[in-house]
Amino acid sequence: MQIYLPIAETSVNAFTLLGVGGGVGVLSGMFGVGGGFLITPLLFFIGVPPAVAVATGVNQVVASSISGVLAHLRRKTVDLRMGMVLLIGGLIGSMIGIWFFNLMQRMGQIDLVVQLAYVLFLGIIGALMLQEGWRALRRARSATPPRRKLHTHLWVHNLPLKMKFRASGLYISVFPPLLVGVGVGILAAIMGVGGGFILVPAMIYLLGMPTKVVIGTSLFQVTFVAAFTTMMHAITNHSVDVMLALFLIVGGALGAQIGTRIGMKLRAEELRILLALLVLAVCGKIALDLLLTPSELYSITIPGRF
Amino acid sequence: MRWLCMIIAMLLSSLPLRAEEAVVGLSQNRVSLTVNFEGSEILVFGAVRRETPLPDDSELDIVVAIEGPPLPAVIWRKERRLGIWVNTQSQEVRAAPSFYAVASTAPLSEILSPDADLTHRISTRLAIFEARGVDPADSAAFTEALIRIRESESLYQQRDGAVDLQRETLFSTRITLPKNITEGSYSARIFLLRDGDVIDEAETFIDVRKAVLERWLFNLAYDQPAIYGLLALALAVFFGWGAAALFRLLRH
Repeated sequence: MQIYLPIAETSVNAFTLLGVGGGVGVLSGMFGVGGGFLITPLLFFIGVPPAVAVATGVNQVVASSISGVLAHLRRKTVDLRMGMVLLIGGLIGSMIGIWFFNLMQRMGQIDLVVQLAYVLFLGIIGALMLQEGWRALRRARSATPPRRKLHTHLWVHNLPLKMKFRASGLYISVFPPLLVGVGVGILAAIMGVGGGFILVPAMIYLLGMPTKVVIGTSLFQVTFVAAFTTMMHAITNHSVDVMLALFLIVGGALGAQIGTRIGMKLRAEELRILLALLVLAVCGKIALDLLLTPSELYSITIPGRF
Repeated sequence: MRWLCMIIAMLLSSLPLRAEEAVVGLSQNRVSLTVNFEGSEILVFGAVRRETPLPDDSELDIVVAIEGPPLPAVIWRKERRLGIWVNTQSQEVRAAPSFYAVASTAPLSEILSPDADLTHRISTRLAIFEARGVDPADSAAFTEALIRIRESESLYQQRDGAVDLQRETLFSTRITLPKNITEGSYSARIFLLRDGDVIDEAETFIDVRKAVLERWLFNLAYDQPAIYGLLALALAVFFGWGAAALFRLLRH
C-alpha cells in the first residue's frame, strides 16, 4: 500500500515506513537511545528528500522522548537548572543550525553537509562506543572494577559565572553546559536528531554529572530543543511532513515496546557493542555513497521545493 | 485580378490542411492525489474527422503530448574533490515541464520535420526553456542530464509507436502518470501530421489536484506555517505519549 506524502510530494510504501519506524523503535527500546540518527539516514535511503527527512526526523524525536521525559520528571531525576542552561544553549544552537541549513540548501550543498555530518559524528561515536564496550566487557570478565573518581575538574569548569547545580552536586561555570547545549542544538537542526548520543557522553565526561540525572536531564533538553527545531523547520522551510511523521511515530511506539523486552534479555556490555557496530554500519554506508563514483553525476533541484 | 488569384491559390493550398480535424476525448480529466495514490493511467482517444476523401499519397501520423506545469530548475554536476563527490557546477533552467510524455504512431524523427517541431515545441528537448545568456554548447550536457534523470523517474516519457491508429481514423494511447507527479493543470495536445507537417492540433486539459486532506495540510504548511508546526508537535506529543500510556495500561 502506497502513502502519498503531501509535503514531500511523493508516495512511499506504508509498510516500508512502518518498518523504518518500527525497526528504529526496536533498536531505541533495546539500547535506550532516541534513534533519530538512524531514522533520518534510513529516510534518505528510501527516497525522502533530505530536507523533509531532517525536519520530520526531528518531529519524531519529540514523540519518542516525550513519555520518557514525563516519567523522569515524575521520578525527579531531572536536574531542572542544568536542563534549562542546556536548553538555552540548545535553542541558540538550533537557530544557528537552521540558518546554516537554509544557507547550504540555497547553495545546493545541503545533502553533502548532512551526509558529512553523519559520517563524522557516527564514525566518532561508533568508534568510541565500541572501544568503551569492549573494555567494559573485558573488565566484567576479570570482575575487578577499577575505582573511579566522582568527577574530575577540568579548566573549563572554572570559567567565570559559576552556578550551583544542586541535583547534580556541581558548582561549575555556566559556559561548559551552555556550549554543550549549543553544539547539540546545531546537530539537531542539521542532522534531524535529538542529539542524545552526543549529549549523554558530554554530560558524563565533560560536565561530570552523576549518571542518575543524566538520562532525565538529557531527555528534557532533547525534547524541547527538538520541538523548537521542528517549529523552526516548519516556519522557514515548510519541510515537516505530518503524514510521514505519523507513520514513523506509530511504528516507533510499537517497535520500542518489543525492543525493551529484547533489551532486558541482553547484557549491557554486549548491547553497547551491538549498538556501536550498528552506528558504524550506517556511517560506512553513507561514507561509501560519498566516496564511490555515483551512477548519476547530475541532480536536479527545484527552487522552493525539495 | 492577380490579387484574386493569389487568394484562391492560398485557399486551395490551405484547403487540404483543414481537410482533417482531430476530435479528442480523455478517460478522465481530473486526477486526485489521495493518500494511497500510486500513479494513474489516462486513456487519450479520438477520431480524425474529414470532409474530403482520404489523400492516398501520404501517411497520416498522430502525436499525443501531455505536459505538466512548467517549473524553473537547477541542475547540479558532481565532481570529485578531496576524494568525495561534491556538487560543483550548476545550470539554471528557466522552465522545464514537471511532466512530459510524448506518444506517437512512429518515431518522431521520421514523422516530424525539425521546422514543425520548432514551431509547435513537441519533442522533449524543445519543451525545456533554457535560461537566457547561457552558452548552449555548455548547457547541452546539463539539459540532457535533466531529461535523463526525469526519464528514469518516468516523469519524462518518449513512447514511439504507442499511439494506435485504426483505419486512419480512430486513435488511442495510454499515458501513465507516475506517483511522484506535481499538481497543477496538465495539457494534452494532439497533433495530426502529414509529410512532416502539422495539419491539425487539438488541446484539452487534465486537472491534477491533491485530495482534500492533502490539499489542506499542504496549504496550512505554506500559508500558516506556525500553526502547522504546532499541529505537528501536538500530533507528536499526543501519539508519543498516548502510545506509551496505552502500552503501560496493557501491561497491567
